[in-house]
Amino acid sequence: MWARLLLGLLAIYLLAASVWVVASGFARNEQLLNVACDPTRELWHDVNAAFVAHYERETGVKLLIRQSHGGSGSQARSVIDGLPADIISLALWTDTDAVRKAGLLDPDWETRYPNRSLPYTSTIVFVVRKGNPKNIRDWSDLTREDVEVVTPSPKTSGNGKWSFLSMWGSVIWRGGTETEARDFVTKAYQRVPVLDAAARGATMTFAQKGIGDVHLTWENEAHLEVKEAEGKLEIVYPAISVLAEPHIAVVDANVRRKNTAAVADAYMKFLYTPEAQELIAKNFHRPTDPAVFAKHLDLFPKMDLREATSLVPTGKWDDIQKMFFAEGQVFDQIQAAGQKKK
Amino acid sequence: MPANPQPATVVLAPPSRDNRDPWYVRWALIGLTLGIVGLLIVVPLASVFVQATAKGLYVYWDNLVANADTRHAVFLTMVVAPVAVAMNVVFGVAAAWAIARFRFRGRGLLITLIDLPFSVSPVVAGLVFVLIFGLQTPLGLWLRDHGYQVIFAPPALVLATAFVTFPFVARELIPVLEAVGPDEELAARSLGASGWQLFWWITVPNIKWGLLYGVILCNARAMGEFGAVYVVSGRIEGQTDTMPLRVQKLWEGSNNPAAFALASVLTMLALVTLVLKVLIEPKVRSEQEAGKTAETE
Repeated sequence: MWARLLLGLLAIYLLAASVWVVASGFARNEQLLNVACDPTRELWHDVNAAFVAHYERETGVKLLIRQSHGGSGSQARSVIDGLPADIISLALWTDTDAVRKAGLLDPDWETRYPNRSLPYTSTIVFVVRKGNPKNIRDWSDLTREDVEVVTPSPKTSGNGKWSFLSMWGSVIWRGGTETEARDFVTKAYQRVPVLDAAARGATMTFAQKGIGDVHLTWENEAHLEVKEAEGKLEIVYPAISVLAEPHIAVVDANVRRKNTAAVADAYMKFLYTPEAQELIAKNFHRPTDPAVFAKHLDLFPKMDLREATSLVPTGKWDDIQKMFFAEGQVFDQIQAAGQKKK
Repeated sequence: MPANPQPATVVLAPPSRDNRDPWYVRWALIGLTLGIVGLLIVVPLASVFVQATAKGLYVYWDNLVANADTRHAVFLTMVVAPVAVAMNVVFGVAAAWAIARFRFRGRGLLITLIDLPFSVSPVVAGLVFVLIFGLQTPLGLWLRDHGYQVIFAPPALVLATAFVTFPFVARELIPVLEAVGPDEELAARSLGASGWQLFWWITVPNIKWGLLYGVILCNARAMGEFGAVYVVSGRIEGQTDTMPLRVQKLWEGSNNPAAFALASVLTMLALVTLVLKVLIEPKVRSEQEAGKTAETE
């Protein structure tokens, strides 16, 4: 009797669950999906909540905004494979452009919104132990014999790529030659005890396991890391660094299909409003609105930020990828050279 | 023929201290085993609970129920795992029946195929579904044009989970069905039982403990599945994050107490599974024994 009742309840539960699963496959159009790279989780939580309130005030419609986070490259791949993103905010131009190459973005994605589709920028800074015991001030300190550097692999991580480009650029932008840059970067990577695959792994290595003297990371991640370490770490701002440009784009093919083009457009425009720019600054990304940026100079010390595209003669991201990170190119070569010397 | 075979045993002295392994070998082995078990199993398990409750029980509870995305992750696991298990019960019983009762061409191949998910990396399993239902394929495009989302939505979570846990039920049932043998079923058949009657009144009672055992193992694995689900989920918060994915996400977001709180729930589910498993193990064994003695009679 009881067994039968129990089995009956179980059957009903399973039936309901199956129906729910099957029904969940039908597209829901009332929501917006922002597919982003890892280090922007807190930022988008804040911005999405603000936009939902803003949109409700303007139109009376209560939106549902979802966010997905992962490595920049794998997020791009998912969108190409059919993740129904309306907005993508990835760490690297090449990742965003890979989605365009798959036919999901219109060719003019970069010029449709102000500032080359960049509501904010960021950069790579140093995190060091409290009091900076090794006195690490600038890029040239990374190759000192007594310094160990923590940074993720540029092969797999967006953070790693920006760090690599910063190191390379620190020589080039100050008038060095390519040979000098290669020499410097080779020596710097010899000072890396563990080359983690992803940004979070590198943070763990440095902050929790206590390995290394300096951690190269996104400016906003550096603030989080320092806050979490409760007084054991501090940030050092090198005088020069790369201008990290995490572009944000509307996935045109998806918004057309989902009829969310108007909402996605409103979302993009909202990112440039003072309200959103304030949230961006609060999350330690550098707002591109000069007025908001000027208000937060205390958060963002003056640094000489240079575009990564100045590192290749053509000024094209595709060539950065080809020259530095492709199979058998600069990064692989310096890895091999570094191993030989060890 | 020797007059008395007894003396041989008399000559053998009871194992003396000299015959046993020296004390240091015994203690070293026992110590090593305990050390490894402690280090690899007990310490991590305990630390999950310690970390989860580090900031007090109130915070622990709050971490579990206050966040809508975490609640959704628990809900999603409670839906996805049972549906995947139910699919595997249907497939598993059918496959085990076919393999145990019939001899057909390709039977060996079928047995190998059932085991395949054990040897394939879960990540590859997930990628297979991305390749089938992704936009690179006509099927994926067709589904998209008809407004149905398989990949990056709960249907794919169920498929991926079912794929990874497929062997559990079938593997558990094949030996039971083979041990029980077809005699009772043939008897029922000859007395005029229909196919359904045969199944519900003869086969199911014979295999029920084995089936339950398979379901428990299958469910434990289904709830904890990470790799395959990670690939097909699209990692949409509050929508396609199951409990293990949510744990990882909280961890990556440096929200350690919340990550450990949810991890502790998964751990407790695993412990419940373990207890159930130990409880019904004797029944499964007696089911198989019963089958074997019936055969020899």
